[in-house]
Amino acid sequence: MRMMAFSKRCTKEIVRDPLNLCFGLGFPLVLLLLLSSLQKNIPVSLFEIGTLTPGIAVFGLSFMTLFAATLIAKDRESALLQRLYTTPLTGFDFILGYMLPVLPIAVGQALICYLFAIPLGFTISANTICAIIGIIPMAVFNIALGLLCGSILGVKQVGGICGALLTNLSAWLSGVWFDLKLVGGVFEKFANMLPFVHAVEMEKALCAGNFELAFSHLLPILLYSTFVTLFAVFCFLRQMNKQ
Amino acid sequence: MHAIEAIGLTKQYKNLTAVNKLNLEIRQGELFSLLGVNGAGKTTAIKMLSCLTKPTYGDAFVCGHSIIKEPEQVKRLIGVSPQETAIAPNLSVRENLELICGIHGFSKEKTFAKISELSMQFSLDTVLHKKARKLSGGWQRRVSIAMALISEPQVLFLDEPTLGLDVIARHDLWETIRFLKGKVTTILTTHYLEEAAALSDRIGIMKNGCLLAVGTVAELNKKAETNAFETAFVSIVKEAVACE
Repeated sequence: MRMMAFSKRCTKEIVRDPLNLCFGLGFPLVLLLLLSSLQKNIPVSLFEIGTLTPGIAVFGLSFMTLFAATLIAKDRESALLQRLYTTPLTGFDFILGYMLPVLPIAVGQALICYLFAIPLGFTISANTICAIIGIIPMAVFNIALGLLCGSILGVKQVGGICGALLTNLSAWLSGVWFDLKLVGGVFEKFANMLPFVHAVEMEKALCAGNFELAFSHLLPILLYSTFVTLFAVFCFLRQMNKQ
Repeated sequence: MHAIEAIGLTKQYKNLTAVNKLNLEIRQGELFSLLGVNGAGKTTAIKMLSCLTKPTYGDAFVCGHSIIKEPEQVKRLIGVSPQETAIAPNLSVRENLELICGIHGFSKEKTFAKISELSMQFSLDTVLHKKARKLSGGWQRRVSIAMALISEPQVLFLDEPTLGLDVIARHDLWETIRFLKGKVTTILTTHYLEEAAALSDRIGIMKNGCLLAVGTVAELNKKAETNAFETAFVSIVKEAVACE
């Protein structure tokens, strides 16, 4: 009950920030439109809608990190959080209250992305539903990363690190724009050590109905999600106690 | 039983002692002001008493509950209006009040009744559906205090509630605070002398983390052998050499 009241407030704060929401939900769609248009004018198969859409759906999740981090950093800089720390809300209530509202937005964003891709040539099937559900572990990773960044960074730093650096990193290292094998070497090895490329590959596999391949990519995502969530909880509780 | 009893309450930050061996007893229903120049330790004292900061030494009891051993019980008994305006900016005034009702586990009926009661008490009817960020500083403070009162606290902490407000908004807020006198034990920090004198039952004067003197305006004037409270305050603060 207490947590739900706080969670409801966080949802309202996020959805009432039109700039954030339009940019976060709209930018991936613009990319989808531009890149699929580009594909029509190039001879090689680089941005095929069937593989581009799952990639963009995963890329869109980096904005969830930005949403969560901005909200928490803003709260930390205001006196509201101080007031709430003097209420019976527990650390658990705060963490879930921050994380839960972003999850349906993340799933909603993936759904919009897939629906938007249909008129661009994407073939929807029952597997697409699996892909939308399958995006949840990666969404948890991104939201937890937001909780972590919001707990240790200020509002301006969050804008720079989550808004610019992280969105770029997740794009370059996910293989959305190009096949990582084209670069190869250390870059490819490094990218494979991170969850972004696995999330994209898992989404592609789910869309194609290749569940065995999808499952092999799920494991690193789950490991990263668990580790980042635990670390984010630790950092949030630490800054809460520091107050 | 006292509403608040602090025993040797101390807060140290590396080389700085923000509050030094604070011993204080505040009666139930009393409006007690902590007065002092910037950096006197007023806000740190309030932060410790409201369980926001753990004391380095000592303890305090809020309605008999230790702030160290029983912070959860203490949090159920207190309301806090922090120094800066502590409201959710993108939520309307009603939604801000509903948020605090929800956090305290109120039913829908109780939430509705509480918001109606506070709207009347703080004249919030006209701004109830406005976004909090669009209100003036005075209105935001009023909402902030209303939020602190939702849980029907036995002890209310008001940290510099009129800081940065214009004269009219300040006087309006004074009326609100006066209304609470006798109903809720209120601990108010301020560095406005006239505010402390006008509102308080008793005043504590702090400097460099030490509580230098406690008493009514008349008692503090008598101590400083003057009829003017400002002179008494300056005299007490300037003559203090170090904490005992």
